Amino acid sequence: MENKIRGRVWRFPDNVDTDQIIPAEYLTTSKPEELAKHVFEKVRPEFAKNVQNGDIIVAGKNFGCGSSREHAPRALLGIGISAVIAESFARIFFRNSINIGLPVIECKIDVEEGDMLEIDFANGRIRDLRTVKEFKFKRMAPFLLELINSGGLVPYVKNKLKCR
Amino acid sequence: MPTIAEKILAKKSGKRRVEPGEIIEAEVDYVMVNDVTGLPAFEVFEEFNTKPLKEKIVLIPDHYVPNKDIASAEQAKAMREFARKYKIPNYFEIGTSGICHQIMIERGFVAPGRLIVGADSHSCTYGALGALGTGVGSTEAATVFAIGKLWFKVPETQKFTIEGKLNRYVMGKDIILHIISDIGVSGSLYKVMEFYGSTIEELSLSDRITISNMAVEAGAKAGIIPPDEKVFRYLNGRVKGDYEAIYSDEDANYSEEFEYDAEEIIPVVAEPFLPSNVKPASEVDVKIDQAYLGSCTNGRIEDLRIAAKILKGKKVHRDVRMIVVPASKEVFEEALREGLIEIFLDANAYVSGPTCGACLGGYMGVLARDEVCVSSTNRNFIGRMGHKDSRVYLASPAVVAASAITGRITDPNEL
Ligand code: SF4
Repeated sequence: MENKIRGRVWRFPDNVDTDQIIPAEYLTTSKPEELAKHVFEKVRPEFAKNVQNGDIIVAGKNFGCGSSREHAPRALLGIGISAVIAESFARIFFRNSINIGLPVIECKIDVEEGDMLEIDFANGRIRDLRTVKEFKFKRMAPFLLELINSGGLVPYVKNKLKCR
Repeated sequence: MPTIAEKILAKKSGKRRVEPGEIIEAEVDYVMVNDVTGLPAFEVFEEFNTKPLKEKIVLIPDHYVPNKDIASAEQAKAMREFARKYKIPNYFEIGTSGICHQIMIERGFVAPGRLIVGADSHSCTYGALGALGTGVGSTEAATVFAIGKLWFKVPETQKFTIEGKLNRYVMGKDIILHIISDIGVSGSLYKVMEFYGSTIEELSLSDRITISNMAVEAGAKAGIIPPDEKVFRYLNGRVKGDYEAIYSDEDANYSEEFEYDAEEIIPVVAEPFLPSNVKPASEVDVKIDQAYLGSCTNGRIEDLRIAAKILKGKKVHRDVRMIVVPASKEVFEEALREGLIEIFLDANAYVSGPTCGACLGGYMGVLARDEVCVSSTNRNFIGRMGHKDSRVYLASPAVVAASAITGRITDPNEL
């Protein structure tokens, strides 16, 4: 993970569930590129067409609630989302994201659709480049940060197996 | 003093005590994947280049089996081949099986004090037997296949106490919907719910399973009910291996405590599009197109019995399709023996073998635009059972059966 990233904001409300992120009828594949075509298809059909690499999702409470499908963060990674910032996350979505290396930040921020954000992971700061507002977030527990930095759970497990 | 979840996590991580917020690595007793979450887990596992911990793995195809289309057939095949390649003993083929959470319980994988993860969000269901069951992702499942352990953040625990005698036709479903309407869909986010009180003690195991099943609909990591004689009796002759029941200390540290009076709970429905949009069934005047009885939430024999009691000698309304899906082969056989299937068929309901199917908008009952379904399942999100403009009302089996007869959402007490 890069220490600083920049991206455009897509705003979402509270309680965005995994059925909205990737509808169940597309769960017959687990490839991020394939899943990416159907991201938010039922609720925001324009999303998949207009999203740009590096864009950031900013949402309200309980983002990613619903099913445990890892397809949801995979689809977001597949379509080029670089981070999700939400007031709170559903726990399985949060775990899945960390485990596959999608940065998730728990923070309430007041920004608008289309704003350009800069996220500084090392210092726990988010800056809105349009309004110049700054927001602070609590840095992750060291174990989780290490997990994200090493690329997720797969390299972590490989390392453990090697040490046996 | 520790709660049930804290005690289980301490034991499984080899510590004397763990505190909420702490991140630990714990030994998992069983890991389950289904046909949707299995394939990505198998792909990740192959990257590890190691042998799987066979005895811990449970493979249950249920979401799209019998295969819905070619893509789902390929997924189910991948699971079968993984089972064969590594000689995994616990693979459950259709015809012997059913919905994953029901099979985990029926086949004795779930027992008090165990730590069980499933690559399915409703793995919190196992809390009804005093286990710490929780949903994980596919990469995490693959991790347990390989090293048998996983990281966990020790959650805080909330205590829910329900006292008193339930009204007629009030089921476990109404209790959990009542609670979710009170605390909201993120009311238990990251937390464990523990359930107590005379109402819970009196409930059948089946109704308790419904309650634990929907803990995730309040955002919870698990929904645990202290195990009692009912659980021990059910497990007798069924459970695999030994188990040790674990209880919270008298003065355990709860982050919050909630109390409810059973007499205030009535038959309800959760209106679209959140399980917290709860209204008395008697106050919702909505015409339905489909009535669905099944799923890991309410597809057990007790659920079929109450629906059959209501439907006996009656007909499903001519504008309604009623679909009945027993949650497992065992449930199906018992329903046949008791004559329940005959009652459903006589009433003009459609009965199928176990599958998740329509519960997640997969197949076998997908909704068209603007259609309304009253459903004994657990989620009523946008497009959950089909078209984005279709609507799902969550309800107990009793409300589903009563509504099927009248063609509108109906409180069974009004029949
Ligand atoms: S019955 Fe529905 S909720 Fe239960 S495991 Fe299947 S899809 Fe999930």
